[in-house]
Amino acid sequence: MIKIAIASGKGGTGKTFVATNIFHTLVKNQIDAVLVDCDAEAPNAVAFFKTKQTRVIEVTQLVPVIDISACTFCGKCHEYCNYNAIFILPPVKIINVMEDLCHGCGACSVACRYDAITEKPVSLGKVNLYSYNSNHSLIEARMNIGVMSPVPVIKAAIKQINNQAGIAILDSPPGTSCPFIQTVSASDYVVLVTEPTPFGLSDLIQSVETLKVINKQYGVIINRYGLGNLDVYNWLKVNKIPLLMEIPFDKEIARIYSEGRLLVEEKKEYRIQFTDLTEKIDQIVTKNKL
Amino acid sequence: MRIIAVISGKGGTGKSSISAAFATLNGEVVVADCDVDAANLYLLFNPTHEEEIVYITGHKAVINYDLCKSCGICESYCRFDAISIIDSKVFISEISCDGCFLCSHICPENAIKMVQNDKSRMYSGSFRNGKMVYGRLAPGEENSGKLVNMVREKAKQIADGNGLQTIILDGPPGIGCPVISTITGVDKVVVVTEPTISGLHDMQRTIEIVQKFNLPAFVIINKYDLNSSMSKQIEEWCKQNGIIIAGQLPFDRQITEAMVQAKSITEFNPDLDISKKIKVIWNKIVNQKR
Repeated sequence: MIKIAIASGKGGTGKTFVATNIFHTLVKNQIDAVLVDCDAEAPNAVAFFKTKQTRVIEVTQLVPVIDISACTFCGKCHEYCNYNAIFILPPVKIINVMEDLCHGCGACSVACRYDAITEKPVSLGKVNLYSYNSNHSLIEARMNIGVMSPVPVIKAAIKQINNQAGIAILDSPPGTSCPFIQTVSASDYVVLVTEPTPFGLSDLIQSVETLKVINKQYGVIINRYGLGNLDVYNWLKVNKIPLLMEIPFDKEIARIYSEGRLLVEEKKEYRIQFTDLTEKIDQIVTKNKL
Repeated sequence: MRIIAVISGKGGTGKSSISAAFATLNGEVVVADCDVDAANLYLLFNPTHEEEIVYITGHKAVINYDLCKSCGICESYCRFDAISIIDSKVFISEISCDGCFLCSHICPENAIKMVQNDKSRMYSGSFRNGKMVYGRLAPGEENSGKLVNMVREKAKQIADGNGLQTIILDGPPGIGCPVISTITGVDKVVVVTEPTISGLHDMQRTIEIVQKFNLPAFVIINKYDLNSSMSKQIEEWCKQNGIIIAGQLPFDRQITEAMVQAKSITEFNPDLDISKKIKVIWNKIVNQKR
């Protein structure tokens, strides 16, 4: 199986647009594929398909519960906690757990010598599983509103990828920090979607720097060409980064996307382009694996 | 002093372009770019670097192989699947390590050291219409929202020190920790959306988070004319839920043109329909009583 992440530093460059159209092209070409929406803070990919929900997996994290009657207010748990999630005032015998700050590492339980700490699970979000077109599937990471980090939900979604499938398309969250890194580090290849504007280029450069640090192979899709300027083309040339595909700025394309429809379904010429794209990526990844 | 945050849920809806316009409409302001993993406003404002502060994003565990006896205790305690033992050698994955310190505490050989991530920075300085603060997260470093807190606090301090009355915070996409940090302690929140299925869905999640903080939300429907019926749908939803629509902005290629010339749209051409509308929206937001 190969895993391809669709990512971008800047938001709104067309990650979900590209991911959903690649996935649909694979399905139409009868390639065994799964689409994984890893943008757990703002998941949108499932809305583009008529699906049937097959399973829901709750994602939880453990947080400490302190038994005040056993606690000696020694402060060891507070000292071990690197997230400032334990608030303690020994003179007045106050100890509180700030669940929002807790990362569930378990250090406080290890630190406590008086068996005063147990743990309970709290919900962080869900992984929703859907079937599509009988033998294809979609996986959606969906973080609860108010939760601080989407990373545990993203990890749980990626774990659900059945390695039997031929290709997994991972729709990544924007940015270049942990949520992005969790998604791309699970992938064999990264497609960076950008737009030919100063903001697009600046964020593309930052994404590429991050991918270099974690040693991932990548190529670029320029979306909405015709807007902005040519700086991104020059930058790709100078840095010898493959340009995989260009999609023009076209109000008709924007309209199709805005209504939750798929470009490759509406316009046949794009089915061909996206088929070429998937074959191109497949070749690069296969060559790399040999 | 008034502090106004601009956020969106979905990326690429126009947060930075609108923030830039707000920051150059009237008298001097403090503008802070809270999108620390894809900071863009500095491209338009080219601020001076009067101050640079090192920001420690967290820690990573590193093994000292001279001391490690490969007992595997660390692996059994790690809750982030960051430690693996391959051919009786212990490996720590930098990507998965959460920096919780637990392994360094429990290692019987004292073979694990915690190393600081210290490549990220916060900058502050002046730009043509006041003061600016922005953060830059180093590639691969963790965005916990703490850097956003620092940026926001610095902006307040600078406003106080310079007698500036208005702070504009350009937020990151999503609804997680960095977004929560952006809207903490602000007076008003502007939610920029676009007329797409994704735009509507992500706006709803964003408004839920804003309401959790009991803050007034003002919606801007950007590029409303790309799909007027979807814009109506967003309008309807806002009406039903008692959310104020501050205004609607048309799609205009000049926004990108302005960006290429490193200007805000209102600086680029104040007579454009979109520039005038932004001015009306700004006045509506500032004058609205709670």
